[in-house]
Amino acid sequence: MILELKEVYVNYNHIQALQGISLNVGEGEIVALIGANGAGKSTALNAISGLLKTTSGKITYAGQDITGHSPQAIVRGGIIQVPEGRAILTTLKVRENLEMGAFTRKNNRMKEEMDDIFTRFPVLRAKAELPAGNLSGGEQQMLALGRALMAKPKLLLMDEPSMGLSPILVREIFHIITEINKQGTSILLVEQNAQMALEISGRGYVLETGRIALEDSSANLLHNEKVIHAYLGG
Amino acid sequence: MFLQQFVNALALGSVYALFALGFTLIFGVLEVITLAHGAVFMIGAFAGLTVVTKFNVSPITAILVGMMVSGMLGWLIDLVAVRPLRKRKFHHLAPMIATIGCATIIINVAQGIFGAEVYRFPFDFMPAMSYNFWAIQLTLLQIIIVGVALSLMMMIIFLLNRTKWGKAVRAVAESPRTAALLGIPVERVFQITAFAASALGGAAGVLTGINFNAIHAFMGGPIMHRGIAVIILGGMGDIRGAVLGGLILGFAEIMSVAYLSSDFRDAISFGLLFVILLIRPAGIFGSNLERKG
Repeated sequence: MILELKEVYVNYNHIQALQGISLNVGEGEIVALIGANGAGKSTALNAISGLLKTTSGKITYAGQDITGHSPQAIVRGGIIQVPEGRAILTTLKVRENLEMGAFTRKNNRMKEEMDDIFTRFPVLRAKAELPAGNLSGGEQQMLALGRALMAKPKLLLMDEPSMGLSPILVREIFHIITEINKQGTSILLVEQNAQMALEISGRGYVLETGRIALEDSSANLLHNEKVIHAYLGG
Repeated sequence: MFLQQFVNALALGSVYALFALGFTLIFGVLEVITLAHGAVFMIGAFAGLTVVTKFNVSPITAILVGMMVSGMLGWLIDLVAVRPLRKRKFHHLAPMIATIGCATIIINVAQGIFGAEVYRFPFDFMPAMSYNFWAIQLTLLQIIIVGVALSLMMMIIFLLNRTKWGKAVRAVAESPRTAALLGIPVERVFQITAFAASALGGAAGVLTGINFNAIHAFMGGPIMHRGIAVIILGGMGDIRGAVLGGLILGFAEIMSVAYLSSDFRDAISFGLLFVILLIRPAGIFGSNLERKG
């Protein structure tokens, strides 16, 4: 188990946004976390990333209790979040965004590693010296992914990677996510696009108003009446 | 005549730019309009003066000491007055009021120690050397002022654009939340910024003290007003804007004294700022881009 949440409660804006959720991500797995807007999906990721404090419960990463650790400590440990809306630093150049991705690492191989990212995402190489604000939505998502990879993540937390992208780009991004996973990075994927998320993941959790309502293999969830009705437009 | 005024304006404007650069840096990164920056500037001037009168050091050493003392003072202000409010997520107004309190305390303490009189550097501190180029006479004083101010500004711009920590400062300025998600120690970036920006204020203080040869507890007041005007003119939080805005204000002041009347110096230069703001309400380089998270 690379990540385990046990009975985690989080208050956010005076609302109990997470009401005792338990979930886990195995080594090398893609796990989907689906649910409606406001169900607490992003809150769960932000609690794991250390941006939000838990009121009770325990978060374990690679066997270590990381509950209450600072965001820097968590990044340094290898948990990287690609937040909703990508959070590109628009005033920094594309290249500088990638450099900041490797901020916590002592890096003597920055040039080679950045070259790997550019090989994976050729559009970024062409625009490396431009302010990242000039990128299109799809390019920004690629930059966000590339920046996360610069940190050499062991666990990637992806928040709504499909948001605002055309169906073709969504396919491309999800393909890249599966490739990253094949190279050994475990992934916790938060999505409103439940169909796509369940297609590429092995297991899934359904979050409803701060509680885990359902958990199963993704294949079963794709055929679950309730999931089809509520999240797959059936 | 014009070229001579040009040099005078450059000397005055580059000090304004230096002051405004620190001011805008704190605003851009910490999102606080620090009304203690004038007091920090004044303490820098007194620190420089003190080491000159006590140890007879060179102008450059005096500037470095002024920078260190002001930098530490700025760091301390952040620690005791701004950081507690930041931790409790009070933005903008509350920290600004807290810095007014800091300014008042610092000015009162300076007044207690140095009294209300005007201090001067020793007579032989700055050799009255001057150099002639074509029609312009450059004094050693002007060369030092412009040289120090411009090199400090270039150094800051270099650090921000070329070093890892400089880029981290820019990342925090854009979004502390995103910076935190990248593992950047945001709190430390705030502290480094408060120190560096205040050190620039201290350098401006020593340079102003040397330029006008007058140091007193209230010398931070007028430059505070100018600093606020300059960063609004340049675009809040914008580095290029602060530098250009400072130079514009310096030129406006010197030229209005030279060609119009010294009686209206402030009225004319602030009137000019007013006109520029009517044309560009967000400042020269300002955008209406709001910081995320």
